[in-house]
Amino acid sequence: MSQFLQQIVNGLSLGSIYALIALGYTMVYGIIKLINFAHGDVYMIGAYTAFIVTTYFGFSFFPALITCMVVCGLLGVLIERIAYRPLRHSPRITALITAIGVSYVIEYTTAYFMGSEKRTYPQLLSNASFQLGPIKISTQQIYIFLITIVLMLLLQFIIQKTKMGRAMRAVSTDENAAKLMGINVDNTISFTFLIGSALAGAAGILVGIYYNSINPLMGMVPGLKAFVAAVFGGIGSIPGAMIGGLFIGMAETMVIAYGSSLYRDAIVYAILIIVLIVKPTGLLGKNEREKV
Amino acid sequence: MTKGILNKINLMWVAIIVVLYLLLSYMMAAGIINSYYKITLFNMCINIMLAVSLNLVIGICGQFSLGHAGFMCIGAYSAGIITKMMPNYAGLILGILVGFVISTIAALIVSIPTLRLKGDYLAIATLGFSEIIRILVQNMKITNGAAGLSGIPALTTWPLLMLGVVLTIVICSNFTRSAPGRACIAVREDEIAAEAMGINTTKYKVIAFVIGALLASAAGALFACNFYVIKPTQFTFNKSIDILVMVVFGGMGSMTSSVLAAIAIGLLNMVLQNFTDARMIIYGAILVIMMIFKPQGLFGDREISLSKIVDKAKAKKEAN
Repeated sequence: MSQFLQQIVNGLSLGSIYALIALGYTMVYGIIKLINFAHGDVYMIGAYTAFIVTTYFGFSFFPALITCMVVCGLLGVLIERIAYRPLRHSPRITALITAIGVSYVIEYTTAYFMGSEKRTYPQLLSNASFQLGPIKISTQQIYIFLITIVLMLLLQFIIQKTKMGRAMRAVSTDENAAKLMGINVDNTISFTFLIGSALAGAAGILVGIYYNSINPLMGMVPGLKAFVAAVFGGIGSIPGAMIGGLFIGMAETMVIAYGSSLYRDAIVYAILIIVLIVKPTGLLGKNEREKV
Repeated sequence: MTKGILNKINLMWVAIIVVLYLLLSYMMAAGIINSYYKITLFNMCINIMLAVSLNLVIGICGQFSLGHAGFMCIGAYSAGIITKMMPNYAGLILGILVGFVISTIAALIVSIPTLRLKGDYLAIATLGFSEIIRILVQNMKITNGAAGLSGIPALTTWPLLMLGVVLTIVICSNFTRSAPGRACIAVREDEIAAEAMGINTTKYKVIAFVIGALLASAAGALFACNFYVIKPTQFTFNKSIDILVMVVFGGMGSMTSSVLAAIAIGLLNMVLQNFTDARMIIYGAILVIMMIFKPQGLFGDREISLSKIVDKAKAKKEAN
């Protein structure tokens, strides 16, 4: 039982990282119906930015976190501007191929400049842990969990209460109608990329701390898992992405603990296929009728 | 003129293929194509098979599959395991057949639920599925886990490869011109309109997907018997993208352009062999730039068609 509780704690911290990445996927999909394959790589850039500013410039954790979020946010806007905006009204398959191309360029440019080998992450947060009854919680896990919750609350506030958030919701419901109401669609989409990518940047530094090592291809697998999380929760739905992320993190931790760590990736893809068979709209997704 | 299977056009194609085959065989025998270029040539042939079969799924039917490496993996391992037990052509044929059976089952499992859905789910589902295949292969005893299979008999010969390439192209282009192929094109152009015309869209999507998977698995079998060693790491997501780059670069929907693109990318790979990272950056950039400026690909959906060339020549003659 105590082991089970311990695994829940581990699952929650891994899951909150997935949830942060999944939010970016779901927001972008909600607004321009694009699976942003490059999103996982934005998160990798976040991890590398934090690595550089802490190792070479001696930043401490919170300044590094802010830098990461700013750099990744701007990178996201840049990607949208260069690669996705020219294709906004072309077939979805075209945009999807572009996204894969962008992802390749980011991955291997990083590998080219930073080397493709693994790098050990600096110790940014104390590794102290304390005993809470039968379970052991590390300071890192608490930080990860708290930061995720704060960022999610902030996101909810932006989306529900601010003018920009309202514009985002409007554009994702109907782009043309939003345009007629005087909303600047281009800016709104850029803003969505900014926020989503900034969250991925935060996830990047947290994962660097959690796993202690980074490499240029680290974004691919967590990126896909986060996408599965977004599909599980209902793609386009923000609470769905949070729930999905936590569920995927939990499932993966449980497979490692009670099954075999060799199948930790397989279980996530299996969940995806099951979701697609049973309820393709996901847990909280809306069932949209197709209009001709 | 186009009556019967032995019409002029088909005979001309056969003649062209035979001449090409003899020419390349002669060049290999005479050492003009040395063993280094021979590897590139063999690689190109396997890539042509993969690109043409993926083009059938993406270009003709409009379904975005990212799992081609998974089916190739199935074919490679089936052939590898069986030819290791029976190191002769019967073993290879049996291996290919076993690969067919497993690929069909796998393709049906992944495609029937996902092809009902519209949108990009197929891309992610096929990607996930091919990763599952790879993880299974990596953890099974019979496939020798992460170390991979080695000592696979070298059964892939030049005539066999040429046969594979020709069969793949014939199957794909004939399928495109058949009634189910036309239905697939209708689905690609407008799924709702196709459905309104009474086409069972899911059925035709599944048919195209399964044919693509079978051909990829055959290419995988030839791949295994060509390189003696296969490892699960050869069949990752990146392999699927390599094939996708060929299809996109050439032009979705045209078999000719897939063949040309596979040859071009084969040459590019040979030149950039020592610059892996740079090669990948170029691949990525090709995808982005092509999609923004020339989404129909370098050659678009044009095909080299002998009957058109013959017709033109005739018209010219009559005009004179």
